[in-house]
Amino acid sequence: MAGNPTYHSLDPAKCIGCTHCMKACPTEAIRVVNGLAVIDDDRCVYCGQCHRVCPTHAFFVVQDDLAMIRSFKYRVILFPSIMIGQFPGKYSEDQIYDGLKKVGFTHVYEVEQPQQILIDSINEVLRDQETPKPAISIYCPAIVRLIQGRYPSLTENLILRKAPHNLAAHFAIEQLLAEGANREEIGLFYATPCIAKIAAVKSPVGESESIVDGIINMNKLYNEVMKVISDKEVPDHSDQRKNLSSEGIIWSLTRGESCHFGSRSIAIDGINNAVRFLERLENDQVEDIDFVEMRACDQSCAGGILLAGNRFMTVERLERRAKRYPAAKDISAEAVKVNTHELKEKLVLDPILPRPHFIFGKDRAKVMEKMSKVQRIVCFLPGIDCGACGAPNCHALAEDMVNNKAKMSDCIFLQQMWEDEGRISARKAITNVQKKWGTDRFKADCNKRGRRNEGF
Amino acid sequence: MKLTFTIQGGDFTNAGHPSSEVKKVLKQLVIDGKTIKNIVIALYEAEVNVVAHAWKGTVTVEIDEKKITMLVEDEGPGIPDIALAMQAGYSTASKKVREMGFGAGMGLPNIKKNTDELFIESEVDKGTKVKMINYF
Ligand SMILES: Nc1ncnc2c1ncn2[C@@H]1O[C@H](COP(=O)(O)OP(=O)(O)OP(=O)(O)O)[C@@H](O)[C@H]1O
Ligand code: SF4
Ligand SMILES: [Mg+2]
Repeated sequence: MAGNPTYHSLDPAKCIGCTHCMKACPTEAIRVVNGLAVIDDDRCVYCGQCHRVCPTHAFFVVQDDLAMIRSFKYRVILFPSIMIGQFPGKYSEDQIYDGLKKVGFTHVYEVEQPQQILIDSINEVLRDQETPKPAISIYCPAIVRLIQGRYPSLTENLILRKAPHNLAAHFAIEQLLAEGANREEIGLFYATPCIAKIAAVKSPVGESESIVDGIINMNKLYNEVMKVISDKEVPDHSDQRKNLSSEGIIWSLTRGESCHFGSRSIAIDGINNAVRFLERLENDQVEDIDFVEMRACDQSCAGGILLAGNRFMTVERLERRAKRYPAAKDISAEAVKVNTHELKEKLVLDPILPRPHFIFGKDRAKVMEKMSKVQRIVCFLPGIDCGACGAPNCHALAEDMVNNKAKMSDCIFLQQMWEDEGRISARKAITNVQKKWGTDRFKADCNKRGRRNEGF
Repeated sequence: MKLTFTIQGGDFTNAGHPSSEVKKVLKQLVIDGKTIKNIVIALYEAEVNVVAHAWKGTVTVEIDEKKITMLVEDEGPGIPDIALAMQAGYSTASKKVREMGFGAGMGLPNIKKNTDELFIESEVDKGTKVKMINYF
């Protein structure tokens, strides 16, 4: 997976070099070096767990400059319906749409429309006898990356149909062209709930190029809209929601997809739950399931790291909202006013290839030698998994050692023993620890960060 | 390299631990996914047989560059007629085991299908040894 671009990073001024993110990372992609967390982009699947647990909000997500929208005549904001759910209930959908216009967009599109086209398209894949079962949704890009890297044999089960943001992007383009716009005049911007979607939009898997011109983080957009939103009566924007359906609105919530597909389906949210399920699936221990929906975040996208609201309140607002909208099948093809057939063709993804992650390289003889070494090293480590060595657990430290990225003396307990046995000096031991955690680390400081529940 | 595990008879909740661990190792060894799956399925079935039919057992796995050798040994009732036990659908599983979703009589045939070499030795009232070899 060499050359993964970076979509999130750490502010060294804010990172206090604790072990929260390192411990929470489901792929063991984080180490603490010189008192700062470091992400290994090859292992990272962009699930956002590290952002969630960081007590000092040291992680940040890259994004495009909002000013860049000005270079287009038609400025389209594409956003998942989930965004509406995070606004306080007192703001109407029209007030939110109006706010987005004031921020500078000319056209506002929720991405889950016209949803029936996507539903039909996925059903076609499921009906195909050749499709390996259970078929797995590609909706959550963190899950796709997890499968490519850690469960490569299951890439075959991924459903090769694009996500709603592509659907809406094609749909918006078609509609604007029909209104007389030139393709170059149209700028498409996607409001993202998470890092995974940024990666999926910026460097898509199974697509030749990205369809959007820029990315805006949903929390940033939320703030911009809140600055200008009106609580008075605003123009009616309901014509922009003609194709929005009840199914579309709850698509990004847990069971939003699985309830439509197969006679037996499973919905999983939370990256650690997904890992457990994928382990079983890989062993062929899951029987007779047709369709699996899997999302990295707890409560699916309502729990996305770039959302402002409380995830449970967001779900509640969306569920209530969905009840007011028609069923996807009742929105007629004529009303959609696009060539359904053509749109469907555009939704087909190229095969998604496995990208297995080999910790010890690809030379089997060498790998076996290294793994045996790890086994032996683990025998000497205390198994406390404390993280004081800068690795998430003793086993990971042993692997790092074998890969020449760590030393036996990084384990503070072994150091203590060596000191006791007179093998190293106390001075040497303390410099070792300072190298890991920084020289100022052990000075008294009453403003030290990292209090209990800090960051909630 | 060598890996060893123990299995407790009747402990269905933890069945599958050795095969999962072996899978993690194999996945680092640049072995094709289909081969790994065969190995994991065969080992899992052998483990479950110890859990379902025997008292306790051990799993010893040896991996070299070309092959994996898995030995599942148990102390248990043994298999009186191995040829019969190998037949698809033959099972002596108790009602309790069936209720857990096992006992279709497909385990041994599945092991046969998923391994390159299979040797079974058994002594009634003593125990059973199942040796499985797969080449990468
Ligand atoms: N380790 C063992 N010790 C004692 N008897 C065994 C052992 N393994 C298999 N047997 C006998 O062989 C029979 C067939 O085994 P097999 O694994 O094919 O089916 P099963 O275990 O009964 O059902 P399934 O594996 O489909 O859940 C068992 O019912 C049991 O009588
Ligand atoms: S569940 Fe939704 S918000 Fe969370 S990572 Fe997946 S796509 Fe992003
Ligand atoms: Mg069996």
